[in-house]
Amino acid sequence: MGSTAKRWKRFAPLFLLMLPGLVYLIINNYLPMFGMIIAFKDINYTSGILGSDWIGFKNFEYLFKTSDAYIITRNTLLYNGLFIFINTIGAIGLAVLLNEIRKKFFQRFYQSIIVLPHLISMVIVSYLVFAILGSDTGLINKSILPLFGLDEVAWYSSKQYWPYILTIVNIWKGIGFLSVVYLASIISIDTEYYEAATLDGATRWQQIRTITIPIIMPVITMMTLLAIGRIFYSDFGLFYQVPMDSGVLSETTNVIDTYVYRALMNLGDIGMSSAAGVYQSIVGFVLVILSNYAVRKFSKENALF
Amino acid sequence: MAHESKWVTWISHSVLMGFSIACIIPFILLIVSSISSESSIIQNGYSFFPQQFSLKAYEYLWAHWSELGRAYGITVFVTVFGTAASLAMTSMLAYPMSRSDIPLKSFWAFLVFFTLLFNGGLVPTYLIYTQVFEIKNTIWALIVPGLLMNGFNVLLVRTFFMTSVPPALIEAAQIDGAGEIKAFYKIVLPLSAPIMATIGLFEAILYWNDWFNGMTYVTDPKLFSIQNILNRIISDIQFLSNNSSLASTAGGAMAELPSTSVRMAIAVIGVLPILIAYPFFQKHFIKGITIGAVK
Repeated sequence: MGSTAKRWKRFAPLFLLMLPGLVYLIINNYLPMFGMIIAFKDINYTSGILGSDWIGFKNFEYLFKTSDAYIITRNTLLYNGLFIFINTIGAIGLAVLLNEIRKKFFQRFYQSIIVLPHLISMVIVSYLVFAILGSDTGLINKSILPLFGLDEVAWYSSKQYWPYILTIVNIWKGIGFLSVVYLASIISIDTEYYEAATLDGATRWQQIRTITIPIIMPVITMMTLLAIGRIFYSDFGLFYQVPMDSGVLSETTNVIDTYVYRALMNLGDIGMSSAAGVYQSIVGFVLVILSNYAVRKFSKENALF
Repeated sequence: MAHESKWVTWISHSVLMGFSIACIIPFILLIVSSISSESSIIQNGYSFFPQQFSLKAYEYLWAHWSELGRAYGITVFVTVFGTAASLAMTSMLAYPMSRSDIPLKSFWAFLVFFTLLFNGGLVPTYLIYTQVFEIKNTIWALIVPGLLMNGFNVLLVRTFFMTSVPPALIEAAQIDGAGEIKAFYKIVLPLSAPIMATIGLFEAILYWNDWFNGMTYVTDPKLFSIQNILNRIISDIQFLSNNSSLASTAGGAMAELPSTSVRMAIAVIGVLPILIAYPFFQKHFIKGITIGAVK
């Protein structure tokens, strides 16, 4: 026993170093996890979180009785599924093309330009989109549509266009970033493969198809599976800022994250918002575990755990 | 062969050039709009080729510099302080975890790692920060929730310590009489400059761009960052277009609603520091993307 105490004493300075970080993890991550119990309570502020009455699954019953539950789940899955599909294919395409550019200067130049949108906050992005789509002053309504003799479109109150708009904005913002990730794995491919293929008379297109893509396939699979694991979580800024929090558009722009936020901040409906939040946390967790299991089956060293 | 090769190069250049232009052009529209005259915007909308240029928007911003300057100050403070605090906490937590002799080694690793897999979500987080810690309308609201430290960075730094700091160096320092803490900041930290720079850059960008904490935890305009001012203006516009009769009563950070070009001018001054600084750090940014991706 004495030696254990001695050992702990020796490590006391190290534990002291860890303390601020551990306190933060407890406040920022672990307390909220235990706070999830509020979804099973009828919260009133005077009795506090612990003192409020338990009501079982009532909040969830209310939530799943509304049509909202279906809409936000559908939107979350469809949007994120679509984003994963398009961004993966597009980013691999861009990475392959970047790799075909032999002059280092141009390769760097293109890289730094296409990751630029990733650096910009969603609020700024919403201004950029507004400059293009604004009803009275937007570029499209005032300059482009008249060119083709078309009528102005009230973009911010026409929900049918938003699946396209949000997808385009998402691609614009994220695809360059993802392509740099894929480019890194393409660059690490041994050049001998290409030299041998060139000697055999393979064209560059054939080299891309038979060398580049097959070799980076494990990376593609891993990145895609991990993205699928996060499919229940959306880019909140994209769905909240870019449609400018417009209620008319909610049928095609509301996702679980925005639903939870509005239910809490605008309506103050703790029951509904916490139920939706717990729904997201639990399903999200299961998906992360499943996708990791899939990654593990496929390549052990790339699994998260 | 040579012919096909040329084709591939040509296609690569044109696709990448096209996408690069698509990435840049919205910013050009933003900047040109901010220096367009009000009347040309009202007549022809935001355009790359306005009929008339005007610096009125920037004169207006200059006149309101007390509010904007304050917001800039808040953004700069939060970015600098938040990044420094984040680097300190991340490295201080990661270093003991990297030591092979630390007690409960796998427990600490699990504690950090689990936060990447599971989180309590917005509602309990919000209630704990506002009800238990009463963070609302304080400067801490912009710094602490969600941003201060994340488990992913801790694990990244831990891996760096494990692979790039030779344990022999630490032992040598301890034989020379340095304590654990001294060995940490005299030996380990200086050797970790590359990973610290990368994480610091990403943290700084995160803080500079953050609007979520301000929107969620701050209602006092005195504590608005640049992003929050932008955010408030755009929601006021939305609000006004829905309730035009209330136009005169809508207040906020700015008493009068900025006109069409001023809106864009504020966005320009929000994004310009990043655009100007970008050429200097783009190399590290791109490197950082790949480091983060391969965990």
